[in-house]
Amino acid sequence: MATAIKVNELPKTEVPAAQRPAPKMSARKVNLWYGQKQALFDVDLDVAKNSVVALIGPSGCGKSTFLRCLNRMNDTIDGCRTQGDIRLDDRDIYDRSVDVVQLRRQVGMVFQKPNPFPKSIYENVAYGPRIHGLAANKAEFDEIVETSLKGAGLWNEVADRLSQPGNSLSGGQQQRLCIARAIAVAPDVILMDEPCSALDPIATAKIEELIDELRQHFTICIVTHNMQQAARVSQKTAFFHLGKLIEFGDTDQIFTNPKQQMTQDYITGRFG
Amino acid sequence: MSMTESGPIKKHLVRSYDDDMEQITRLITEMGAIVEQQVAFATQALAEGDEHAARTVIDRDPQVDALEERLDQTAIRVLAIRQPMAIDLRIIAMALKISNDLERMGDYAVNIAKRVIRLQSQTRIRPIPTMVMMSEMCQEMVKDILDAYIARDPDKAMAVWKRDQEVDNAHNSVFRELLTYMLEDPRKITPCIDLIFIAKNLERIGDHATNIAEKIHYMIHGDEINRSRDDEK
Repeated sequence: MATAIKVNELPKTEVPAAQRPAPKMSARKVNLWYGQKQALFDVDLDVAKNSVVALIGPSGCGKSTFLRCLNRMNDTIDGCRTQGDIRLDDRDIYDRSVDVVQLRRQVGMVFQKPNPFPKSIYENVAYGPRIHGLAANKAEFDEIVETSLKGAGLWNEVADRLSQPGNSLSGGQQQRLCIARAIAVAPDVILMDEPCSALDPIATAKIEELIDELRQHFTICIVTHNMQQAARVSQKTAFFHLGKLIEFGDTDQIFTNPKQQMTQDYITGRFG
Repeated sequence: MSMTESGPIKKHLVRSYDDDMEQITRLITEMGAIVEQQVAFATQALAEGDEHAARTVIDRDPQVDALEERLDQTAIRVLAIRQPMAIDLRIIAMALKISNDLERMGDYAVNIAKRVIRLQSQTRIRPIPTMVMMSEMCQEMVKDILDAYIARDPDKAMAVWKRDQEVDNAHNSVFRELLTYMLEDPRKITPCIDLIFIAKNLERIGDHATNIAEKIHYMIHGDEINRSRDDEK
Protein backbone atom coordinates (compact mmCIF):
# COMPACT_ATOMS: atom_id res chain seq x y z
CA MET A 1 0.00 0.00 0.00
CA ALA A 2 1.30 3.44 -0.81
CA THR A 3 2.51 5.36 2.21
CA ALA A 4 0.90 8.71 2.76
CA ILE A 5 3.71 11.19 2.37
CA LYS A 6 2.55 14.72 2.79
CA VAL A 7 4.94 16.58 0.55
CA ASN A 8 3.19 19.86 1.21
CA GLU A 9 3.83 19.60 4.91
CA LEU A 10 7.58 19.20 4.62
CA PRO A 11 9.40 22.16 6.16
CA LYS A 12 10.27 24.83 3.63
CA THR A 13 14.02 25.29 3.30
CA GLU A 14 13.87 28.64 1.61
CA VAL A 15 15.85 31.34 3.38
CA PRO A 16 13.73 34.33 4.41
CA ALA A 17 14.43 37.55 2.51
CA ALA A 18 15.98 39.27 5.52
CA GLN A 19 18.65 36.58 5.93
CA ARG A 20 19.54 36.37 2.26
CA PRO A 21 22.83 38.10 1.42
CA ALA A 22 22.56 41.35 -0.51
CA PRO A 23 23.16 40.84 -4.24
CA LYS A 24 26.54 41.75 -5.70
CA MET A 25 24.80 43.60 -8.49
CA SER A 26 21.20 44.56 -8.80
CA ALA A 27 19.22 46.12 -11.61
CA ARG A 28 15.83 47.77 -11.18
CA LYS A 29 13.53 49.08 -13.86
CA VAL A 30 16.29 49.34 -16.42
CA ASN A 31 15.14 50.89 -19.69
CA LEU A 32 17.46 51.60 -22.58
CA TRP A 33 17.11 53.33 -25.94
CA TYR A 34 19.31 53.31 -29.02
CA GLY A 35 18.15 56.65 -30.42
CA GLN A 36 14.37 56.31 -30.77
CA LYS A 37 14.35 52.56 -30.50
CA GLN A 38 13.82 51.09 -27.06
CA ALA A 39 15.99 48.04 -26.49
CA LEU A 40 15.31 47.23 -22.83
CA PHE A 41 12.03 47.43 -20.93
CA ASP A 42 11.86 47.58 -17.13
CA VAL A 43 14.45 44.91 -16.47
CA ASP A 44 14.80 43.81 -12.83
CA LEU A 45 17.58 41.36 -12.08
CA ASP A 46 19.85 40.48 -9.15
CA VAL A 47 23.25 38.84 -9.41
CA ALA A 48 24.29 37.05 -6.20
CA LYS A 49 27.91 37.16 -5.06
CA ASN A 50 30.09 34.25 -6.25
CA SER A 51 27.41 32.98 -8.57
CA VAL A 52 27.14 32.65 -12.32
CA VAL A 53 24.12 34.18 -14.01
CA ALA A 54 23.48 33.20 -17.62
CA LEU A 55 21.58 35.51 -19.94
CA ILE A 56 19.89 33.69 -22.81
CA GLY A 57 17.49 34.60 -25.58
CA PRO A 58 17.25 34.96 -29.35
CA SER A 59 19.40 37.46 -31.26
CA GLY A 60 18.35 41.01 -30.64
CA CYS A 61 16.57 40.21 -27.37
CA GLY A 62 18.66 42.69 -25.38
CA LYS A 63 20.81 40.26 -23.40
CA SER A 64 24.15 41.73 -24.57
CA THR A 65 22.75 45.24 -24.23
CA PHE A 66 21.80 44.47 -20.64
CA LEU A 67 25.21 42.93 -19.97
CA ARG A 68 26.91 46.07 -21.23
CA CYS A 69 24.78 48.20 -18.88
CA LEU A 70 26.48 46.50 -15.96
CA ASN A 71 29.81 48.22 -16.59
CA ARG A 72 28.49 51.15 -18.59
CA MET A 73 29.96 49.93 -21.87
CA ASN A 74 26.87 51.36 -23.56
CA ASP A 75 28.07 54.86 -22.60
CA THR A 76 30.47 54.63 -25.53
CA ILE A 77 27.63 54.20 -28.05
CA ASP A 78 26.25 57.40 -29.59
CA GLY A 79 22.57 57.98 -28.98
CA CYS A 80 22.34 55.31 -26.32
CA ARG A 81 20.35 56.34 -23.28
CA THR A 82 19.96 54.29 -20.09
CA GLN A 83 17.38 54.77 -17.38
CA GLY A 84 16.87 52.89 -14.12
CA ASP A 85 18.88 51.81 -11.17
CA ILE A 86 21.93 49.55 -11.39
CA ARG A 87 23.91 48.92 -8.26
CA LEU A 88 27.22 47.29 -7.45
CA ASP A 89 27.45 46.51 -3.73
CA ASP A 90 24.45 48.78 -3.29
CA ARG A 91 26.20 51.72 -4.94
CA ASP A 92 24.55 53.32 -7.98
CA ILE A 93 27.00 52.81 -10.86
CA TYR A 94 25.33 55.53 -12.93
CA ASP A 95 25.85 58.09 -10.17
CA ARG A 96 27.73 61.18 -11.30
CA SER A 97 30.47 60.59 -8.72
CA VAL A 98 31.36 57.21 -10.22
CA ASP A 99 34.67 56.98 -12.07
CA VAL A 100 33.87 54.84 -15.11
CA VAL A 101 37.46 53.63 -15.48
CA GLN A 102 37.41 52.46 -11.89
CA LEU A 103 33.99 50.87 -12.42
CA ARG A 104 35.31 48.86 -15.36
CA ARG A 105 38.19 47.66 -13.23
CA GLN A 106 35.64 46.36 -10.73
CA VAL A 107 33.39 44.98 -13.46
CA GLY A 108 35.63 43.43 -16.09
CA MET A 109 34.65 42.06 -19.46
CA VAL A 110 35.54 39.21 -21.81
CA PHE A 111 34.28 39.39 -25.39
CA GLN A 112 33.09 36.96 -28.01
CA LYS A 113 36.23 37.08 -30.13
CA PRO A 114 39.49 36.86 -28.21
CA ASN A 115 41.05 40.32 -28.51
CA PRO A 116 44.52 40.27 -26.99
CA PHE A 117 46.50 43.51 -27.31
CA PRO A 118 49.22 43.37 -29.97
CA LYS A 119 51.74 42.95 -27.22
CA SER A 120 53.51 40.11 -25.45
CA ILE A 121 51.63 37.63 -23.31
CA TYR A 122 53.21 39.20 -20.24
CA GLU A 123 52.25 42.75 -21.25
CA ASN A 124 48.68 41.72 -22.03
CA VAL A 125 48.23 40.70 -18.40
CA ALA A 126 50.41 43.44 -16.84
CA TYR A 127 48.75 46.26 -18.79
CA GLY A 128 45.67 46.63 -16.54
CA PRO A 129 47.55 46.54 -13.23
CA ARG A 130 49.99 49.08 -14.70
CA ILE A 131 47.39 51.69 -15.67
CA HIS A 132 45.57 51.18 -12.38
CA GLY A 133 48.83 51.34 -10.43
CA LEU A 134 48.27 48.00 -8.76
CA ALA A 135 51.95 47.01 -8.63
CA ALA A 136 55.04 48.91 -7.54
CA ASN A 137 57.90 46.92 -9.00
CA LYS A 138 58.88 44.16 -11.39
CA ALA A 139 58.54 41.45 -8.73
CA GLU A 140 54.98 42.50 -7.97
CA PHE A 141 54.10 42.60 -11.67
CA ASP A 142 55.65 39.18 -12.12
CA GLU A 143 53.50 37.86 -9.31
CA ILE A 144 50.26 39.35 -10.68
CA VAL A 145 51.02 37.98 -14.15
CA GLU A 146 51.75 34.52 -12.81
CA THR A 147 48.70 34.40 -10.50
CA SER A 148 46.39 35.70 -13.20
CA LEU A 149 47.67 33.26 -15.82
CA LYS A 150 47.33 30.44 -13.30
CA GLY A 151 43.84 31.65 -12.44
CA ALA A 152 42.96 31.51 -16.12
CA GLY A 153 44.44 28.03 -16.42
CA LEU A 154 47.01 29.18 -18.95
CA TRP A 155 50.25 29.37 -16.94
CA ASN A 156 51.50 25.85 -17.67
CA GLU A 157 51.08 26.41 -21.40
CA VAL A 158 52.82 29.81 -21.62
CA ALA A 159 55.22 30.05 -18.66
CA ASP A 160 58.26 29.58 -20.92
CA ARG A 161 57.18 32.04 -23.61
CA LEU A 162 55.79 35.07 -21.83
CA SER A 163 57.58 37.44 -24.17
CA GLN A 164 55.91 36.06 -27.30
CA PRO A 165 53.02 38.00 -28.82
CA GLY A 166 49.59 37.30 -27.33
CA ASN A 167 48.09 36.70 -30.74
CA SER A 168 50.56 33.89 -31.45
CA LEU A 169 48.45 31.69 -29.17
CA SER A 170 45.59 29.47 -30.30
CA GLY A 171 42.02 30.83 -30.14
CA GLY A 172 41.21 29.06 -26.89
CA GLN A 173 44.48 30.16 -25.33
CA GLN A 174 43.89 33.74 -26.48
CA GLN A 175 40.49 33.71 -24.78
CA ARG A 176 42.04 32.44 -21.57
CA LEU A 177 44.67 35.18 -21.94
CA CYS A 178 41.82 37.69 -22.10
CA ILE A 179 40.36 36.15 -18.96
CA ALA A 180 43.78 36.42 -17.27
CA ARG A 181 43.88 40.05 -18.37
CA ALA A 182 40.40 40.60 -16.90
CA ILE A 183 41.23 39.06 -13.53
CA ALA A 184 44.67 40.73 -13.28
CA VAL A 185 43.03 43.93 -12.01
CA ALA A 186 41.22 42.02 -9.24
CA PRO A 187 37.66 42.77 -10.34
CA ASP A 188 34.52 41.90 -8.37
CA VAL A 189 32.41 40.97 -11.35
CA ILE A 190 33.35 39.51 -14.74
CA LEU A 191 31.00 39.97 -17.67
CA MET A 192 31.36 37.49 -20.50
CA ASP A 193 29.72 38.07 -23.85
CA GLU A 194 29.56 34.72 -25.64
CA PRO A 195 33.12 33.84 -24.58
CA CYS A 196 33.12 30.43 -26.28
CA SER A 197 31.29 31.00 -29.53
CA ALA A 198 34.53 31.27 -31.50
CA LEU A 199 36.13 28.27 -29.82
CA ASP A 200 36.26 24.54 -30.51
CA PRO A 201 34.63 22.06 -28.08
CA ILE A 202 37.84 21.33 -26.17
CA ALA A 203 38.75 25.01 -25.72
CA THR A 204 35.11 25.58 -24.73
CA ALA A 205 35.27 22.85 -22.10
CA LYS A 206 38.39 24.46 -20.65
CA ILE A 207 36.68 27.84 -20.39
CA GLU A 208 33.60 26.27 -18.80
CA GLU A 209 35.79 24.49 -16.27
CA LEU A 210 37.52 27.79 -15.64
CA ILE A 211 34.23 29.66 -15.12
CA ASP A 212 33.38 27.22 -12.36
CA GLU A 213 36.74 27.89 -10.66
CA LEU A 214 36.54 31.65 -11.14
CA ARG A 215 33.21 31.65 -9.37
CA GLN A 216 35.04 31.02 -6.08
CA HIS A 217 36.56 34.49 -6.29
CA PHE A 218 34.40 36.47 -8.67
CA THR A 219 30.80 37.02 -9.61
CA ILE A 220 30.09 36.19 -13.23
CA CYS A 221 27.43 37.22 -15.70
CA ILE A 222 27.57 35.41 -19.03
CA VAL A 223 25.69 35.84 -22.29
CA THR A 224 25.54 32.67 -24.33
CA HIS A 225 23.68 31.30 -27.31
CA ASN A 226 24.58 27.80 -26.30
CA MET A 227 21.80 26.69 -23.97
CA GLN A 228 23.56 23.54 -22.84
CA GLN A 229 26.40 25.81 -21.82
CA ALA A 230 24.09 28.09 -19.86
CA ALA A 231 22.64 25.01 -18.18
CA ARG A 232 26.10 23.73 -17.31
CA VAL A 233 27.88 26.81 -16.01
CA SER A 234 25.25 28.94 -14.30
CA GLN A 235 23.25 28.84 -11.09
CA LYS A 236 20.65 31.31 -12.30
CA THR A 237 19.35 31.86 -15.81
CA ALA A 238 17.57 34.88 -17.24
CA PHE A 239 15.59 34.57 -20.45
CA PHE A 240 15.18 37.76 -22.49
CA HIS A 241 12.84 38.39 -25.38
CA LEU A 242 12.35 41.63 -27.32
CA GLY A 243 14.05 43.66 -24.59
CA LYS A 244 12.03 42.21 -21.76
CA LEU A 245 13.14 39.85 -19.04
CA ILE A 246 10.61 37.05 -19.47
CA GLU A 247 11.78 34.63 -16.82
CA PHE A 248 14.54 34.57 -14.23
CA GLY A 249 15.08 31.60 -11.98
CA ASP A 250 17.28 28.74 -10.83
CA THR A 251 19.03 27.25 -13.84
CA ASP A 252 17.83 23.73 -12.96
CA GLN A 253 14.25 24.90 -12.95
CA ILE A 254 14.51 26.98 -16.14
CA PHE A 255 15.84 24.05 -18.16
CA THR A 256 13.71 21.27 -16.72
CA ASN A 257 10.48 23.06 -15.88
CA PRO A 258 10.22 26.65 -17.13
CA LYS A 259 7.18 28.57 -15.94
CA GLN A 260 6.68 30.78 -18.98
CA GLN A 261 5.45 29.55 -22.34
CA MET A 262 7.99 31.70 -24.18
CA THR A 263 10.88 30.25 -22.19
CA GLN A 264 9.69 26.73 -22.87
CA ASP A 265 9.28 27.41 -26.58
CA TYR A 266 12.74 28.94 -26.82
CA ILE A 267 14.75 26.37 -24.90
CA THR A 268 13.04 23.43 -26.56
CA GLY A 269 13.52 24.80 -30.06
CA ARG A 270 9.93 25.76 -30.75
CA PHE A 271 10.46 29.48 -31.17
CA GLY A 272 9.33 31.08 -34.34
CA MET B 1 -2.58 20.28 -28.31
CA SER B 2 -1.47 19.21 -24.82
CA MET B 3 -1.03 21.80 -22.10
CA THR B 4 1.85 22.03 -19.67
CA GLU B 5 2.26 24.47 -16.78
CA SER B 6 3.95 26.80 -19.20
CA GLY B 7 1.38 26.44 -21.97
CA PRO B 8 0.66 24.22 -24.94
CA ILE B 9 3.25 21.99 -26.54
CA LYS B 10 3.86 23.48 -29.97
CA LYS B 11 5.73 22.11 -32.97
CA HIS B 12 9.52 22.25 -33.09
CA LEU B 13 11.34 24.46 -35.58
CA VAL B 14 13.11 21.33 -36.78
CA ARG B 15 10.39 19.03 -38.06
CA SER B 16 12.38 15.82 -37.69
CA TYR B 17 12.56 16.53 -33.94
CA ASP B 18 8.77 16.24 -33.81
CA ASP B 19 9.03 12.95 -35.71
CA ASP B 20 11.48 11.67 -33.09
CA MET B 21 9.20 12.67 -30.25
CA GLU B 22 6.21 11.09 -31.98
CA GLN B 23 8.12 7.88 -32.44
CA ILE B 24 8.79 7.70 -28.71
CA THR B 25 5.14 8.29 -27.87
CA ARG B 26 4.10 5.75 -30.50
CA LEU B 27 6.39 3.05 -29.09
CA ILE B 28 4.98 3.57 -25.60
CA THR B 29 1.44 3.44 -26.99
CA GLU B 30 2.19 0.28 -28.94
CA MET B 31 3.81 -1.34 -25.95
CA GLY B 32 0.93 -0.26 -23.75
CA ALA B 33 -1.63 -1.70 -26.17
CA ILE B 34 0.03 -5.11 -26.03
CA VAL B 35 0.39 -5.04 -22.24
CA GLU B 36 -3.26 -4.06 -21.94
CA GLN B 37 -4.20 -7.14 -24.02
CA GLN B 38 -1.85 -9.30 -21.98
CA VAL B 39 -3.59 -8.26 -18.78
CA ALA B 40 -6.97 -8.81 -20.46
CA PHE B 41 -5.98 -12.33 -21.56
CA ALA B 42 -4.61 -13.09 -18.11
CA THR B 43 -7.92 -11.91 -16.62
CA GLN B 44 -9.84 -14.12 -19.02
CA ALA B 45 -7.57 -17.05 -18.24
CA LEU B 46 -8.13 -16.55 -14.55
CA ALA B 47 -11.88 -15.96 -14.71
CA GLU B 48 -12.65 -18.85 -17.03
CA GLY B 49 -9.77 -21.17 -16.34
CA ASP B 50 -8.92 -20.65 -20.00
CA GLU B 51 -5.60 -22.38 -20.62
CA HIS B 52 -5.46 -21.27 -24.23
CA ALA B 53 -5.65 -17.60 -23.20
CA ALA B 54 -2.92 -18.27 -20.63
CA ARG B 55 -0.63 -19.75 -23.29
CA THR B 56 -1.26 -16.75 -25.53
CA VAL B 57 0.00 -14.45 -22.78
CA ILE B 58 3.19 -16.44 -22.39
CA ASP B 59 3.80 -16.63 -26.14
CA ARG B 60 3.37 -12.88 -26.67
CA ASP B 61 5.68 -11.71 -23.90
CA PRO B 62 8.77 -11.39 -26.16
CA GLN B 63 6.88 -8.72 -28.15
CA VAL B 64 6.74 -6.51 -25.09
CA ASP B 65 10.43 -6.99 -24.38
CA ALA B 66 11.33 -6.22 -27.98
CA LEU B 67 9.35 -2.98 -27.89
CA GLU B 68 11.01 -1.94 -24.66
CA GLU B 69 14.39 -2.48 -26.25
CA ARG B 70 13.39 -0.42 -29.29
CA LEU B 71 12.14 2.36 -27.08
CA ASP B 72 15.41 2.42 -25.13
CA GLN B 73 17.41 2.70 -28.32
CA THR B 74 15.20 5.42 -29.75
CA ALA B 75 15.24 7.46 -26.55
CA ILE B 76 19.03 7.24 -26.25
CA ARG B 77 19.44 8.31 -29.86
CA VAL B 78 17.13 11.30 -29.43
CA LEU B 79 18.87 12.34 -26.21
CA ALA B 80 22.22 12.18 -28.00
CA ILE B 81 21.30 14.13 -31.10
CA ARG B 82 18.75 16.65 -29.76
CA GLN B 83 19.93 17.40 -26.22
CA PRO B 84 16.31 17.92 -25.21
CA MET B 85 15.26 20.41 -22.56
CA ALA B 86 12.19 21.04 -20.40
CA ILE B 87 9.02 19.30 -21.66
CA ASP B 88 10.91 17.29 -24.30
CA LEU B 89 13.41 16.09 -21.73
CA ARG B 90 10.63 15.16 -19.35
CA ILE B 91 8.72 13.26 -22.06
CA ILE B 92 11.78 11.23 -23.01
CA ALA B 93 12.97 10.54 -19.47
CA MET B 94 9.48 9.49 -18.42
CA ALA B 95 9.05 7.31 -21.54
CA LEU B 96 12.11 5.38 -20.39
CA LYS B 97 10.58 4.86 -16.95
CA ILE B 98 7.05 4.15 -18.20
CA SER B 99 8.35 1.48 -20.57
CA ASN B 100 9.98 -0.12 -17.58
CA ASP B 101 6.65 -0.15 -15.72
CA LEU B 102 4.87 -1.59 -18.77
CA GLU B 103 7.45 -4.31 -19.13
CA ARG B 104 6.98 -5.30 -15.48
CA MET B 105 3.18 -5.34 -15.93
CA GLY B 106 3.68 -7.67 -18.89
CA ASP B 107 5.81 -9.96 -16.72
CA TYR B 108 3.13 -10.07 -14.03
CA ALA B 109 0.54 -11.02 -16.66
CA VAL B 110 2.85 -13.89 -17.68
CA ASN B 111 3.23 -14.98 -14.04
CA ILE B 112 -0.54 -15.02 -13.68
CA ALA B 113 -0.88 -17.05 -16.88
CA LYS B 114 1.64 -19.62 -15.68
CA ARG B 115 -0.14 -20.02 -12.36
CA VAL B 116 -3.52 -20.37 -14.09
CA ILE B 117 -2.11 -23.25 -16.16
CA ARG B 118 -0.82 -24.92 -13.01
CA LEU B 119 -4.14 -24.46 -11.25
CA GLN B 120 -5.91 -26.54 -13.88
CA SER B 121 -4.20 -29.71 -12.67
CA GLN B 122 -4.86 -29.11 -8.99
CA THR B 123 -7.71 -29.56 -6.51
CA ARG B 124 -10.56 -27.42 -7.76
CA ILE B 125 -11.65 -24.59 -5.53
CA ARG B 126 -14.75 -22.56 -6.05
CA PRO B 127 -14.21 -19.35 -8.01
CA ILE B 128 -13.51 -16.23 -6.00
CA PRO B 129 -15.59 -13.31 -7.35
CA THR B 130 -13.50 -10.64 -5.59
CA MET B 131 -10.46 -11.92 -7.39
CA VAL B 132 -12.10 -11.73 -10.81
CA MET B 133 -13.33 -8.27 -9.92
CA MET B 134 -9.84 -7.27 -8.85
CA SER B 135 -8.47 -8.56 -12.09
CA GLU B 136 -11.01 -6.54 -14.08
CA MET B 137 -10.20 -3.45 -12.03
CA CYS B 138 -6.54 -3.81 -12.91
CA GLN B 139 -7.34 -4.29 -16.55
CA GLU B 140 -9.42 -1.09 -16.48
CA MET B 141 -6.63 0.81 -14.75
CA VAL B 142 -4.14 -0.27 -17.40
CA LYS B 143 -6.52 0.79 -20.15
CA ASP B 144 -7.29 4.15 -18.56
CA ILE B 145 -3.69 4.98 -17.73
CA LEU B 146 -2.76 4.44 -21.36
CA ASP B 147 -5.60 6.71 -22.45
CA ALA B 148 -4.29 9.32 -20.00
CA TYR B 149 -0.80 8.93 -21.46
CA ILE B 150 -1.98 9.30 -25.03
CA ALA B 151 -4.14 12.31 -24.12
CA ARG B 152 -1.31 13.65 -21.91
CA ASP B 153 -3.99 14.26 -19.34
CA PRO B 154 -2.68 14.41 -15.77
CA ASP B 155 -6.22 14.64 -14.33
CA LYS B 156 -7.18 11.36 -15.95
CA ALA B 157 -3.92 9.89 -14.67
CA MET B 158 -4.69 11.17 -11.19
CA ALA B 159 -8.09 9.44 -11.29
CA VAL B 160 -6.37 6.13 -12.03
CA TRP B 161 -3.84 6.81 -9.30
CA LYS B 162 -6.62 7.16 -6.75
CA ARG B 163 -8.26 3.90 -7.84
CA ASP B 164 -5.27 1.87 -6.73
CA GLN B 165 -6.63 1.97 -3.21
CA GLU B 166 -9.61 -0.13 -4.33
CA VAL B 167 -7.28 -2.74 -5.78
CA ASP B 168 -5.32 -2.80 -2.55
CA ASN B 169 -8.52 -3.30 -0.57
CA ALA B 170 -9.65 -6.10 -2.90
CA HIS B 171 -6.23 -7.69 -2.52
CA ASN B 172 -6.55 -7.72 1.26
CA SER B 173 -10.00 -9.21 1.10
CA VAL B 174 -8.94 -11.93 -1.37
CA PHE B 175 -6.05 -12.78 0.89
CA ARG B 176 -8.32 -13.20 3.90
CA GLU B 177 -10.78 -15.30 1.95
CA LEU B 178 -8.07 -17.65 0.72
CA LEU B 179 -6.70 -17.94 4.21
CA THR B 180 -10.01 -19.30 5.46
CA TYR B 181 -10.11 -21.89 2.64
CA MET B 182 -6.67 -23.07 3.57
CA LEU B 183 -7.67 -23.39 7.21
CA GLU B 184 -10.76 -25.35 6.24
CA ASP B 185 -9.02 -27.85 4.02
CA PRO B 186 -5.25 -28.43 3.83
CA ARG B 187 -5.61 -30.01 0.37
CA LYS B 188 -6.46 -26.57 -0.91
CA ILE B 189 -3.24 -25.04 0.33
CA THR B 190 -1.36 -25.53 -2.95
CA PRO B 191 -4.00 -23.97 -5.25
CA CYS B 192 -4.69 -21.24 -2.71
CA ILE B 193 -1.01 -20.32 -2.59
CA ASP B 194 -1.09 -20.03 -6.38
CA LEU B 195 -4.12 -17.78 -6.12
CA ILE B 196 -2.46 -15.65 -3.46
CA PHE B 197 0.46 -15.14 -5.80
CA ILE B 198 -1.91 -14.27 -8.62
CA ALA B 199 -3.62 -11.71 -6.40
CA LYS B 200 -0.23 -10.28 -5.49
CA ASN B 201 0.66 -10.02 -9.18
CA LEU B 202 -2.59 -8.21 -9.88
CA GLU B 203 -1.95 -5.84 -7.03
CA ARG B 204 1.51 -5.13 -8.46
CA ILE B 205 0.00 -4.41 -11.88
CA GLY B 206 -2.17 -1.81 -10.16
CA ASP B 207 0.89 -0.33 -8.46
CA HIS B 208 2.68 0.03 -11.78
CA ALA B 209 -0.37 1.76 -13.22
CA THR B 210 -0.11 4.30 -10.39
CA ASN B 211 3.61 4.64 -11.07
CA ILE B 212 2.75 5.54 -14.65
CA ALA B 213 0.17 8.03 -13.35
CA GLU B 214 2.89 9.75 -11.32
CA LYS B 215 5.13 9.88 -14.38
CA ILE B 216 2.40 11.39 -16.52
CA HIS B 217 1.90 14.02 -13.85
CA TYR B 218 5.63 14.80 -13.74
CA MET B 219 5.87 14.77 -17.53
CA ILE B 220 3.23 17.49 -17.83
CA HIS B 221 3.64 19.49 -14.62
CA GLY B 222 7.34 18.98 -13.91
CA ASP B 223 6.72 18.32 -10.22
CA GLU B 224 5.73 15.47 -7.91
CA ILE B 225 2.20 14.33 -7.37
CA ASN B 226 0.76 15.23 -3.96
CA ARG B 227 0.75 11.83 -2.25
CA SER B 228 -2.05 12.38 0.21
CA ARG B 229 -4.40 9.78 -1.29
CA ASP B 230 -5.24 8.17 2.04
CA ASP B 231 -6.32 11.48 3.55
CA GLU B 232 -8.82 12.24 0.86
CA LYS B 233 -10.80 9.14 1.57
